Amino acid sequence: MNLAQTRIGQVVTVVHVAGDGSFRRRLMELGLVPGTRVEVVGVAPLGDPLELLVRGSSLSIRHAEAQGVSVSLGEATSAERAPGTASRSEGNGTLAPRGLARSAP
Amino acid sequence: MTQPELNSVSGREPGLVPSASRAPLLLLIGNPNTGKTTLFNRLTGQNARIGNYPGITVERRSGDLTLRTDGTARLVEVVDVPGAYSLSARSAEEQIALSAVLGWAENPRPDLCVVVVDAGQLARNLYLVTQLLELDVRVVVALNMIDEVRDNPPNAGELSRFLGVPCVATDARHGTGMVELERAISAALAQPPRPALRIQYPSALEQDLERVSSALPSEWHESAVRARALSLWALTSIETDDELQGIDPNLRARCLEVRARANARDIDQEVIATRYALIDAELPKLYLRLEVHPKKRRTSERVDRVLLHPVFGFAIFISVMLLMFQSLFSWSDPAIRLIENLTSQCANLVEAYVPESLWRDLLTRGVIGGVGNVVVFLPQILLLFFCIGILEDSGYMARVAFLMDRIMKSLGLHGRAFVPMLSGFACAVPAILATRTMERQRDRLLTMLVVPLMTCSARLPVYTLIIGALFPPSRVFGWLPVQGLLMVAMYLFSTLITLISAGVLGRTAVKGRRIPLILELPPYRLPSLTGTLSMMWRRAASFLKEAGSGILVFTILLWALLSFPRPAHVDEPPPPAAAIHQQGRPVTTQPQNAAGRDHAASAIEQSYGGRLGKAIEPVLRPLGFDWKIGVGLIGAFAAREVFISTLGLVYGIGDADENTTPLRDKIRQERKADGSSAYSPLMGLSLMVFFALSCQCMSTLMVVYRETRSLRWPLFMFGYMTSLAYVASLLLYQGGRLLGF
Repeated sequence: MNLAQTRIGQVVTVVHVAGDGSFRRRLMELGLVPGTRVEVVGVAPLGDPLELLVRGSSLSIRHAEAQGVSVSLGEATSAERAPGTASRSEGNGTLAPRGLARSAP
Repeated sequence: MTQPELNSVSGREPGLVPSASRAPLLLLIGNPNTGKTTLFNRLTGQNARIGNYPGITVERRSGDLTLRTDGTARLVEVVDVPGAYSLSARSAEEQIALSAVLGWAENPRPDLCVVVVDAGQLARNLYLVTQLLELDVRVVVALNMIDEVRDNPPNAGELSRFLGVPCVATDARHGTGMVELERAISAALAQPPRPALRIQYPSALEQDLERVSSALPSEWHESAVRARALSLWALTSIETDDELQGIDPNLRARCLEVRARANARDIDQEVIATRYALIDAELPKLYLRLEVHPKKRRTSERVDRVLLHPVFGFAIFISVMLLMFQSLFSWSDPAIRLIENLTSQCANLVEAYVPESLWRDLLTRGVIGGVGNVVVFLPQILLLFFCIGILEDSGYMARVAFLMDRIMKSLGLHGRAFVPMLSGFACAVPAILATRTMERQRDRLLTMLVVPLMTCSARLPVYTLIIGALFPPSRVFGWLPVQGLLMVAMYLFSTLITLISAGVLGRTAVKGRRIPLILELPPYRLPSLTGTLSMMWRRAASFLKEAGSGILVFTILLWALLSFPRPAHVDEPPPPAAAIHQQGRPVTTQPQNAAGRDHAASAIEQSYGGRLGKAIEPVLRPLGFDWKIGVGLIGAFAAREVFISTLGLVYGIGDADENTTPLRDKIRQERKADGSSAYSPLMGLSLMVFFALSCQCMSTLMVVYRETRSLRWPLFMFGYMTSLAYVASLLLYQGGRLLGF
């Protein structure tokens, strides 16, 4: 299913983000990466755009673009929430030198 | 002011040499709605200087901070960089953040960046921080709005250890943590923190980065770390159709090639998800307990349930907008009248003491009238920016865009264009200044181009005169007043044309790629009065400075046009054609006796303006206008309502305003050569339509020139509006005549 098909109040997890290059990038940069919990807060009174709660901030996108965000119902478990859950991404982030090295899960 | 530490630092780091002759430069950078501007005002004490970023019409605000540590004072220049969620860019406007941080594109090179981070939305804000750290720039993090997460604050010390740079908890609004922040800035200027965050990306992406890196222009190769970060930036910014400036063609080709080769791999997602994975893994360590839903957000949601409600939400929205419009339209009136009175008293004073001469006329009608023409805009500008400040600060402006998006989108306009468009009903000048609330140049331009089509208050006196003179006070169906109906029709007509023009221009003259909406609805916050007042003052000052001189010069030119050549025997002053202002009452004294009035009438006929009016009469005749109207139109260029006083002068009636009975009678009695009435109701309609659509306002053109910094757009605006007005009036008048009116 995609974000445009959700109902108000539903909590979903991002599976994949599709869309026009720079828009898609901006959406992901605002935190909408695969594995992220998204709450559908509401719809504008005229029916568009949608209001979403992502990582503690309210974001609003239109239905047309929400159709490009495929989601699964419910919240991901912490294992699923690991980076790059979409099959295409292979690597995990690691913070390397200076004794700061910490592996991302 | 000595800066020994700084010089020793620059010796160590060849890439980051701050010029010894200037004060250290500090950038404030951060996401929108993080209180960055409030922090800027705190640090600089509101003494902002307004400029522009090189080569682009984006406002650059800078101010001075005096750092007092250990008994020494040091001056630091602070620049407020426009809010950005990320450094990656697709447009020239978004590119500013990177250019400012690196000191590219004629920007001075900063010595330190203070990243302002919203403590309540750490994950998203840290994304920008990771980009800056990868770039190897000197960073201090201000963990701002810490008061909003009082019940579960992130641990600044822990964050500082994670990032490897100083982090200071601040609350810029209440001034908390400012001493600590200034101390951290001093320390960082003396001993720059070297974070050198290196994020390990998937191996395929690392190989891509090396390929891009080898195509970077040499000046991007300051260090290996920075070259890698810039390769990342290029790879996630450059596209086939981006609007970036100054990108090396080789680099562009290489990035596109690498992207094409990635095939099924998703480079953007690899980069962004990896950064977020790093942040997500760290976040739990910063908090005592992890909350999905911060308290502040819950309160905002409750407020939104009312303010975004399908019924109550719209009712409140309409009330708020009406209140704003009312203040702009009516409450500004006493101040406008006061300014007009002061202007005319000034002129009278000069006339009482200075003997009659050309120079006295220049002074009273050109200079004093011109200054009045500029100052008269201030009440509405101040009021509008007061409203905008409150709307922005409280978070309601984002809701306006949210509520209106559906409608505005269909017109090709940004949701934020609503407030400027509404303000256009009062006056186009403040409305055009208000387009600055939109980030994208194309959105701003489109809004600017259509706002002057709205029925502004300066058109009302003209409509009142024409309707009053040419249409009977009768009623349709026994109860609908014709005159009132016509006025309403003019409003509807102009609104309709504005909307259509927006649709057409958005697809032609200012065609831009459709950018999908991403709107952040920030939590509701109490607006800051001092911040709003200082913004009002800055806007007003920049209007006076930038547009004021141009309006003054044009007023004098118009005065000259309608005053020269001067009549041979001067016993009465020539017409004060350019002494004008919003309500259509000339500010200068008028010839009182009949002979003087006739003289004034013949003087204006003899003037260059009068001759021009006669010269363009053949062009105007198909619209039903004669040369007298032509002169009125020329005079109206100073401001629309001046049409009335100019027309009054042409007819030898001093001190005419829209309710003057003699002028109305003159208009009714005016006959053509064949004895038929010169002013028919049809011609009146044609004239009103011409006024509704034409760009009879030099102040509007001047402001558009200052805002776009090019002659192209004001000329375009004048051209399209005049053509529109001409064609519409022509069709109306000739069509009406064919139908036998």
